[in-house]
Amino acid sequence: MQLTLEFGGGLELLCESVKVHNVNVDLQNGAEKLNMKDLLCWVRTNLIKERPEMFMKGDSVRPGVLVLVNDCDWELSGQLDTTLEEKDVVVFISTLHGG
Amino acid sequence: MESNGRDAFRILHELDSLRAAKADIDSRISALEAELHHATLQNGVVPNGSSPVISTAIDSLLSDHHDHNLTPEMIHRYSRHLLLPSFGVQAQSNLLNSSVLVVGAGGLGSPALLYLAACGVGRLGIVDHDVVELNNMHRQIIHTEAFIGRPKVKSAAAACRSVNSTVQIVEHQEALRTSNALEIFSKYDVIVDATDNAPSRYMISDCCVVLGKPLVSGAALGLEGQLTVYNYNGGPCYRCLFPTPPPTTACQRCADSGVLGVVPGIIGCLQALEAIKIASVVGEPLSGRMLLFDALAARIRIVKIRGRSSECEVCGEKSTFTQQQFREFDYEKFTQSPLSPSPLKLNLLQADSRISSKAYHDRVANGEAHVLVDVRPAHHFKIVSLPKSLNIPLPSLEARLPEISSALKEEEERKGAGSDLSAQLYVICRRGNDSQRAVQSLHKMGFTSARDIVGGLESWAQDVDPNFPTY
Ligand SMILES: [Zn+2]
Repeated sequence: MQLTLEFGGGLELLCESVKVHNVNVDLQNGAEKLNMKDLLCWVRTNLIKERPEMFMKGDSVRPGVLVLVNDCDWELSGQLDTTLEEKDVVVFISTLHGG
Repeated sequence: MESNGRDAFRILHELDSLRAAKADIDSRISALEAELHHATLQNGVVPNGSSPVISTAIDSLLSDHHDHNLTPEMIHRYSRHLLLPSFGVQAQSNLLNSSVLVVGAGGLGSPALLYLAACGVGRLGIVDHDVVELNNMHRQIIHTEAFIGRPKVKSAAAACRSVNSTVQIVEHQEALRTSNALEIFSKYDVIVDATDNAPSRYMISDCCVVLGKPLVSGAALGLEGQLTVYNYNGGPCYRCLFPTPPPTTACQRCADSGVLGVVPGIIGCLQALEAIKIASVVGEPLSGRMLLFDALAARIRIVKIRGRSSECEVCGEKSTFTQQQFREFDYEKFTQSPLSPSPLKLNLLQADSRISSKAYHDRVANGEAHVLVDVRPAHHFKIVSLPKSLNIPLPSLEARLPEISSALKEEEERKGAGSDLSAQLYVICRRGNDSQRAVQSLHKMGFTSARDIVGGLESWAQDVDPNFPTY
């Protein structure tokens, strides 16, 4: 499944400072759909190169990270259960505090 | 040196009093001008020679046909606002009757305050406890060099008054705490969060919820910015979005990570815009949405965020968060970080594994055989470094141990034919925290005599070489 994954607010530092990743995520054998829970595992294995605790906590993202599926907060689409479709854009962004 | 210092002090002092006098005169001039304008219209006495008859006619037209309280001076000053069909007299009147509080007169607060003063909010409050520093000037454009070392509130208030002497500027020269926040916030209609740390953001949001105030929240770091409006018209509060504070390691500061000056400038301008929209009751405030700004990619994206959470501990249905609870809440403990962030000072090593910058300097001067490893990131090393130091950034330390071994060997060979001479190993960084972490791992990896330089390059600049640049 073709997806665009974007990292911002400093999270890109965990994946070699690359902000935009056009990726092809294979469905697990037998699975018919990919949801956000699967995608987080995939991201952690394939894109996060350092300090995974800065990205995830338990099986979700760490506090302070907003997840947006097609420019929409994942809270509105079912969080970890959000089902992904071909060509979806998923953004992971860390909240900023500076000023 | 000392008399130079005293001269500078005297000059600064005189500049101060002259500026204060100038501000007084300016405000007196605008008041008199407004009075004169008014008197002219009322009496038909026109000093510049136009006909008194026409003037009286205009007067009667005006008094018959306007149902607002804008003075002639206001009409002139805000004419470009009044000419906007979607803004006009009503929105400007709303603005003039409103009050806005800006918390933080830094990178975000600078442009926000200037625009809010210029546009004519009735009362504009400024909260800050900091002083103006040279390394603020690249982004905190409200301050001028003459105010370096003086309170930001004073500097910002002077700038706002010089832009618009008709706005009431209120100076709150104090740190925002749970003990004073309720009292300060309750005097304003709209709150602008232009602070730079996590505990302040939670505290400001909670205080706004408790008092029912809309909150315009902006943040910027590096080359990115974020903006949204909280607690507006049933929309979410900060805690609805971030119920659990992030780990402290995720809270980067401009002083550590850097920030391109114009980035908070842009977000601060947008904060002024949202505050103006709310205060004047026009347009659709950015509530339930968040603006994400990426300066490098030249991209602004506006995303839909969750609404008010019924589970929210502060604004949710079951919440019983009261003013009293707010006063007693420990935001520093909650976020594990201080309200007025100061550089971290770790103390990880035994005293005999550390050396002061002065003592290190003496050893170098005595020609001691040694290797100095600088564990800062490469882009820090490029700004400034000590002579002959070897840059091995902390994350790559383990992988680059052989470089340290060979540097030590080389130094021993260079210094003396005597085989019993062993070269010392010192580690330095910017402030003396990473150097301790590095020494800890060096000890574990067999370099048991490694020592860190206490306080890093900052202490070198302070105690050894006052001309050494700090950043
Ligand atoms: Zn809430």
